[in-house]
Amino acid sequence: MSDYRIHGATGEWEVVIGLEVHAQVTSNAKLFSGAATAFGAEPNAQVSLVDAAMPGMLPVPNMECIRQAVRTGLAINAQINKWSRFDRKNYFYADLPQGYQISQLYHPIVGEGEIEIQLDDKDPESTKTIGIERIHVEQDAGKLMHDQHPTMSYVDLNRSGVALMEIVSRPDMRSPAEAGAYLSKLRTILRYVGSCDGNMDQGSMRADVNVSVRRPGEPFGTRTETKNVNSVRFVMAVVEQEAKRQVAVIEDGGTVVQETRLYDPDRNETRSMRSKEDAHDYRYFPDPDLLPLELTDDFVAECKASLPELPDAKRHRYETALGLSAYDAGQLTLEVETYQQFEEMLESVARESGAPERDVAKRVANWILSERPGVLRAAGVAVTDPRNTVAANTALIVAVSKGVISGGKAKEIFQQYLTSDIDLAETIASNQQTTDTGAIEAAVDAILAANADKVEQYKGGKEALFGFFVGQTMKAMQGKGNPQLVNQVLKDKLG
Amino acid sequence: MTDLTDLGVAAIRDGVAKGDFSATEVASAFNAAVAEAQDALNAFIVTTPEKALAAAAAVDADRAAGKPLGKMAGVPIGMKDLFATQDVQTTAASKILEGFKPKYESTVSARLWQAGAGMLGKLNLDQFAMGSSNETSAFGNVISPWRRPNDTAPLAPGGSSGGSSAAVAARIAPAATGTDTGGSIRQPAAFTGISGIKPTYGRCSRWGIVAFASSLDQAGPMARDVRDCAIMLEAMAGFDPKDSTSLDMPVPDWEAALNDDLRGKKVGIPREYRLDGMDPDVAASWEQGIAWLKDAGAEIVEVSLPHTKYALPTYYIIAPAEASSNLARYDGVRYGLRDLPDGAGLQDMYAATRAAGFGAEVKRRILIGTYVLSAGFYDAYYTQAQKVRTLISHDFTNAFTQCDVILAPTAPSAAFALGEKSADPLEMYLNDVFSVPASLAGLPAMSVPGGVDRNGLPLGLQVIGRAFDEQGVLNAGLAIEKRAAFSARPAKWW
Repeated sequence: MSDYRIHGATGEWEVVIGLEVHAQVTSNAKLFSGAATAFGAEPNAQVSLVDAAMPGMLPVPNMECIRQAVRTGLAINAQINKWSRFDRKNYFYADLPQGYQISQLYHPIVGEGEIEIQLDDKDPESTKTIGIERIHVEQDAGKLMHDQHPTMSYVDLNRSGVALMEIVSRPDMRSPAEAGAYLSKLRTILRYVGSCDGNMDQGSMRADVNVSVRRPGEPFGTRTETKNVNSVRFVMAVVEQEAKRQVAVIEDGGTVVQETRLYDPDRNETRSMRSKEDAHDYRYFPDPDLLPLELTDDFVAECKASLPELPDAKRHRYETALGLSAYDAGQLTLEVETYQQFEEMLESVARESGAPERDVAKRVANWILSERPGVLRAAGVAVTDPRNTVAANTALIVAVSKGVISGGKAKEIFQQYLTSDIDLAETIASNQQTTDTGAIEAAVDAILAANADKVEQYKGGKEALFGFFVGQTMKAMQGKGNPQLVNQVLKDKLG
Repeated sequence: MTDLTDLGVAAIRDGVAKGDFSATEVASAFNAAVAEAQDALNAFIVTTPEKALAAAAAVDADRAAGKPLGKMAGVPIGMKDLFATQDVQTTAASKILEGFKPKYESTVSARLWQAGAGMLGKLNLDQFAMGSSNETSAFGNVISPWRRPNDTAPLAPGGSSGGSSAAVAARIAPAATGTDTGGSIRQPAAFTGISGIKPTYGRCSRWGIVAFASSLDQAGPMARDVRDCAIMLEAMAGFDPKDSTSLDMPVPDWEAALNDDLRGKKVGIPREYRLDGMDPDVAASWEQGIAWLKDAGAEIVEVSLPHTKYALPTYYIIAPAEASSNLARYDGVRYGLRDLPDGAGLQDMYAATRAAGFGAEVKRRILIGTYVLSAGFYDAYYTQAQKVRTLISHDFTNAFTQCDVILAPTAPSAAFALGEKSADPLEMYLNDVFSVPASLAGLPAMSVPGGVDRNGLPLGLQVIGRAFDEQGVLNAGLAIEKRAAFSARPAKWW
């Protein structure tokens, strides 16, 4: 579907992309120990005897982490493997206390699933399904700190043993945009499910980006894997740079080497970390400290029942049941916080104005997507500001919908409200717009009289001046004139 | 009054409870015996007389206050130095852990202290429990209290629980903990004329036991007789949520149900254990054992365990494979030995630390284990070994449709002299030929004394039972014990 091509010296090249996303499971405790997992703690403050691999310590699976992996699998319509097993991946490194990572190579907990991505948020037809090969759970490693001592490295084991889901896609993506859309969509799903907080800047989600190039229609080329890419933008950049680099290598008569690479965002380039030749032999084998993980039907059913409405279903409902545009529905369902605010506000506005949700949905959507962001920006406050309450937003939306104040006045009042301690209800009341036709006619008459020259011009065909008359009238009425009535009166008077 | 160090677990427990003697008197007597024998036998890596006395004082105080006493109240024991003991050096007999004092207590040792036992010290063993003679310990060989007639050549106490076997046989501890991966409780028990039981895999928590091969390691008691083993196993066993492979089953009152009447029971004699060139004394002891069990009312049936001959190679793939991974944590980064040569990087530190810290047998097994798990060899060795392990398990399942317990020798010979087999690792490994199959199948198995050989050295008889049927194993062991009336004991030469 994608017609993204690298235009090389010898012709066009297609890019093939697969992502392995590591997502930190949202859980208070680590995968196999009771230690805490909060971000930003003092080094080595969250390390149990198990995490430090003291002699004789044993792992015990944390069922909350297992549950989150199963819920994630269900959210991408994946097969849940009721029998799975943990394997040890053996290698030596100072951030890996056990000398092995407990992972799932041979029998992952989640099998094949899929995610639908949309490439153009204004074009509901621009969708593509990306296959998921598997999700397995595994332990994270600790962290080395090289800047604490002139000759030694320090080790922080706070992350050691934290549960990760590794979500492996099929090589189904064909452009940087598809890779970006996939990662964004996956992040949205994880955040809906609540199985990962999706904070990429804190390392809660990071992607290994597999890229290869080929002539369109030919078999896959040799791929490289760029490790630990931690933003959607960087993933897209890696795909672009790596594809270009590979095309250049091939067109120069070379061959792409299967290797692990690192991305340097400052120079926007990838560079080789290690090649296949010096790849580790991880000596995977089933972890003898752990029994196979066997899930009951009840457990899986409980996981399924606990899932919230997922992004695709929600967007569809917004379009059909609430009558929103595809674009609005898409925007409102992108982030958990956005849909939560929308749904709370929708419920509140419908109740306060005594109208069905469907009748006020468009107004609430507009307020959240178009009108309010500008006010918040102008007021210099965040969406999380304590004065930005559902009640305040509702009062303003309802006042507009009942014709008490104009949309413009609502934004003006809201900005005042966010930046000072005015009483919202009083301010709305005192700014109540007038629907007194007499008053509006008087104001219009005065404006037309004072601008006789412009009236002439208007009547001579300069219709753009109509907006000027509206503006002048509203200004004269301190914004309290009902805009529909002002329009109507002006139209009548100007003939 | 008899010498307190002649008493076993039940006699001490009962005597303390009745007030025949105090727990403190018992602890003092054993502390003295330990001190007297230490230079000669080297059974302990560290001794902890103060721990034994403190536990005894607590028991005496409880008794004086009329509080209920635990199953092991007043019994001082030796603790194999594979169990983590809080603030007491825990080494697995390896230089790599020398000086390591854990901040935690293993589940099994904690249960024993809870039951009123006290600790005489940490017992020597083969390094990381890898060995059959204690010659791989980094802290010097344990010397068996047994000697051949008119010969002072030091004999092996068996292994890996050789400190445990020597201490119990020498009457310097009434009982000791052991661990058994491929026979490490049973073979040393056999070599020293004492009893020891490896329970069903999962009965005793592995939490806090330095791991050798996780799918095989099991703790168990080593003591003077079957009753003492039953009492101590009750104190050690039980579900532990900290060990995922722990059995979530109640612990039976094995002592109360001890019964040597085997009428209605069938004892299986595995055809494949009759090896060509078997030591005639071992063969004779086995025949004698059959006769004793018949006398106890059991019916003797021949059974077949057709995959027996593959058990040793299977074991020597699976155990080293797991060990190679389990021992990766000894890397010089967080605890234990660190050898950091000048200008060394991380890899150099690993190499130097592990080269200096591990003994030759440990390195050999890490190499074997690393090899069998390597890409290209994994399926041929490890996967194949796991399949054979399943077949060996099925052998036992089939045999137990025809019998209730299996009787076999524990080891192919009596104790050998130190140095006699250490030159050839394969010959040493052959010592495990009768003990390894039950380990691979995770079954309860016990060794009880079954007479002596031509040199007057003890021979062990092994009883293997169905999974979870420790009672059947103990009862058959008791039947042998009563009829064998084993009274040989090493002359005190130290």
